[in-house]
Amino acid sequence: MSGVAQSLGIRHAIRLLAFLGILVFAFPTIAQQATPNAPIDPDTSVVNEEALLREAPRIEGRIDQPDPRARVLMQPAGRKWDYFHEVILHRLGAIAILGMIALLALAYFVIGRIRMSAGRSGRKVVRFNGFERFSHWLTAVSFVLLALTGLNITFGKFLLLPVMRPESFSSLAQGAKYVHNFAGFSFMVGLALIIALWIKDNLPRKVDLDWLKQGGGFIKSKHAPAGRFNAGEKLVFWFALAAGLAVTVSGIFLLFPFYWTNIAGMQAAQMVHAVIAVLFVAVILAHIYIGTLGMEGAFEAMATGEVDMNWAKEHHDQWFEAMLRERSAVSSGQTPPTPAG
Amino acid sequence: MARMKFLCDADRCINCNACVTACKNENEVPWGINRRRVVTINDGKPGERSVSMACMHCTDAPCAAVCPVRCIFPTAEGVVLHDKDLCIGCGYCFYACPFGAPQYPQIGNFGSRGKMDKCTFCAGGGGSEETGSAAEYAKYGADRLAQGKLPMCAEMCSTKSLLAGDGDIIAQIYRERVLTRGYGSGAWGWMTAYHESIPS
Repeated sequence: MSGVAQSLGIRHAIRLLAFLGILVFAFPTIAQQATPNAPIDPDTSVVNEEALLREAPRIEGRIDQPDPRARVLMQPAGRKWDYFHEVILHRLGAIAILGMIALLALAYFVIGRIRMSAGRSGRKVVRFNGFERFSHWLTAVSFVLLALTGLNITFGKFLLLPVMRPESFSSLAQGAKYVHNFAGFSFMVGLALIIALWIKDNLPRKVDLDWLKQGGGFIKSKHAPAGRFNAGEKLVFWFALAAGLAVTVSGIFLLFPFYWTNIAGMQAAQMVHAVIAVLFVAVILAHIYIGTLGMEGAFEAMATGEVDMNWAKEHHDQWFEAMLRERSAVSSGQTPPTPAG
Repeated sequence: MARMKFLCDADRCINCNACVTACKNENEVPWGINRRRVVTINDGKPGERSVSMACMHCTDAPCAAVCPVRCIFPTAEGVVLHDKDLCIGCGYCFYACPFGAPQYPQIGNFGSRGKMDKCTFCAGGGGSEETGSAAEYAKYGADRLAQGKLPMCAEMCSTKSLLAGDGDIIAQIYRERVLTRGYGSGAWGWMTAYHESIPS
């Protein structure tokens, strides 16, 4: 009996060994696994979120939807843009615009309205022709519309929403959005006309330095010489040109979202647009002040196109003299001298 | 009250896009709008992972902060909802959103956007419509949360990769999974959305 049992046991043992041998041969992976209890980690080759965000500001992948925006899985920079929009921009805008208003109020109370020292002569000279005034007012009306509707997008929720019904404020903001989108185009046309008409007379000249040295006409005892445009006007012109082009380009990116750029580009366009725009508003506030309240006889140049002769003599002496020379040359039948720029 | 969150366990996601389809079907989402999407990272390479993404219903939601008409707000459960009657379609919420969640129907030429649409955590709308009404459904989609149900995308995820619900509970489920199987590529987006990660 014991011999039979023994032979059975041996037979089983041989079978078992043979089976294990086949297993080892057939599945080499099991043979290779040195420690059979260690878990397989399918994450060894996975790049985690943290590492991906260290490499690039955004995590992008592949997606079947035919929209490139959808490829971006994550862009934590959205929170940074939120900080810019809700903190930095609000502070910058408030400081620039309220600061400028305070400065202008101070100028009005300290310097006061700059009057014509010789009084009105009663005789007029043409300063801006009809087309120049049209170009100016096209740009100006567009600018005011853009500024008000643009400021509403940024500050309306603090200034208007608390005193309006939410539905009314939304309707207003929606209308303002459309006004902003369309006034942008008339602003571009106006800006192009202004640049074409006035760039020549705004090129810097030596007299501009003298004008600045003499305090730009703000100091009564000194005489600040100037051609058709004084150095202050030239600074406004060049600022408007640069800022106007910047808001135009960034504005076109915002008008056609994601046509030429990705999410980072859209955020950058909005930041450029907003920062330049609030500074632009501040500078134009100063321009409006000096053209209306700040100086007697200045507004009529853009209203009727004609200014008082004494005003011209006082503020734009070189331009006035050049005009006189031109006029006398024409009346005496000679070829006119080159007009002063 | 429970703080509702989404969690996508990328080690389980098989990129079947059933969550996308379920969302579209449950909420009758208009053509061209995807409230949820699945993005595959390192496609075709070792370590490829797919992540299902929609609105994460962020803590300190940046979309709500930048909205110029204040139409986006968090509910008591942390679900970020919005009022389509107030939305002006400015697109700022998309610039601020870390997850590309806000969607806009194209309503005209060029870049003109319609009222923003996004994942509502299947909690209906943030407008004046009555909870569970047909008007609410037409504008915002299903209000499952009010019926005690969780978002459809997560409820029918075949591998239970996408989890939705009480943030503490789904974090615990994920933690246990990682402990049991021994690995986990992390809770995608949690750091950005909720300022916290799940240690694993």
